[in-house]
Amino acid sequence: MEKYIFWVVAFLSLGSAILMIRARNPIHSALLLVMNFFTLAVFYVLLDAHFLAAVQVIVYAGAIMVLFLFVIMLLGVDREDVVEERIPLQYPLAIILGLVFAGIAVWTIHTTVGGTAFEGVEAANRGGNVEAVGRVLFTKYMFPFEVASVLLIVAAIGAMVLGRRRDEEERASMIGESTPEGREPSGRQPAPVGEER
Amino acid sequence: MIQPAQYLALAAMLFTTGVVGVLTRRNSIIIFMSIELMLNAVNLTLVTFARMNGNLDGQVLAFFVMIVAAAEVVVGLAIIMSVFRRKASASVDDAKTLRW
Repeated sequence: MEKYIFWVVAFLSLGSAILMIRARNPIHSALLLVMNFFTLAVFYVLLDAHFLAAVQVIVYAGAIMVLFLFVIMLLGVDREDVVEERIPLQYPLAIILGLVFAGIAVWTIHTTVGGTAFEGVEAANRGGNVEAVGRVLFTKYMFPFEVASVLLIVAAIGAMVLGRRRDEEERASMIGESTPEGREPSGRQPAPVGEER
Repeated sequence: MIQPAQYLALAAMLFTTGVVGVLTRRNSIIIFMSIELMLNAVNLTLVTFARMNGNLDGQVLAFFVMIVAAAEVVVGLAIIMSVFRRKASASVDDAKTLRW
């Protein structure tokens, strides 16, 4: 049974990934990436990583992809990707080098862990995968866990700093129409109307 | 039975797809999504190795990769928004001045 699920989901996973990098519309790309994340959640269930499967759906397919869709909507979906090649032979070279890389990787995997079977995490998962992961996370990996919380706070502050408008723009938008033309900083276009928040 | 090598080969192919996406696309958001695809392929590798070796360290490491990816997405999308506000374009070809 695991075999059939694996092959069907592997086909879906690889197919959605290839369509994702080929889609012209960014929204289609984002939705295909969501599908890819769901297939990975299925693999995590097959690999007895139930906690990670739940986190994959909640954090990746939920939070991160919503953030992506937010930004795509904010930037405008009508912007199709340019198809011109800036570097000669970029597309064929990228695909050939990609195939070479995949070939080397699969060959390496085959020669190193080709015949190895799964030992299984049933013993480590005793009492449930969530409980077992929690036990490891809060004992052996306590310090990295705390550092990760610092990282998330830094990321949140960084996003706020990067997302805020510059001081001059803020002042100009606060004063509004009463600003004399001469006070506009030179060489800086005012933010597009859609960007005002 | 499915063996670890099959999961690892699939993860390698997903990773390669992400690499080709980064190399061929111009839209910075699509490039960013390709990076996410690569991170997920690595996560699949880690979880496969965790089951192969019979301990949970790989799963915990995959969990940390997810945390780092979340932080990376937040900052990266803020940078893309910031560049878009200045250049009115999400194409990486337009962000070439090395000046913010």
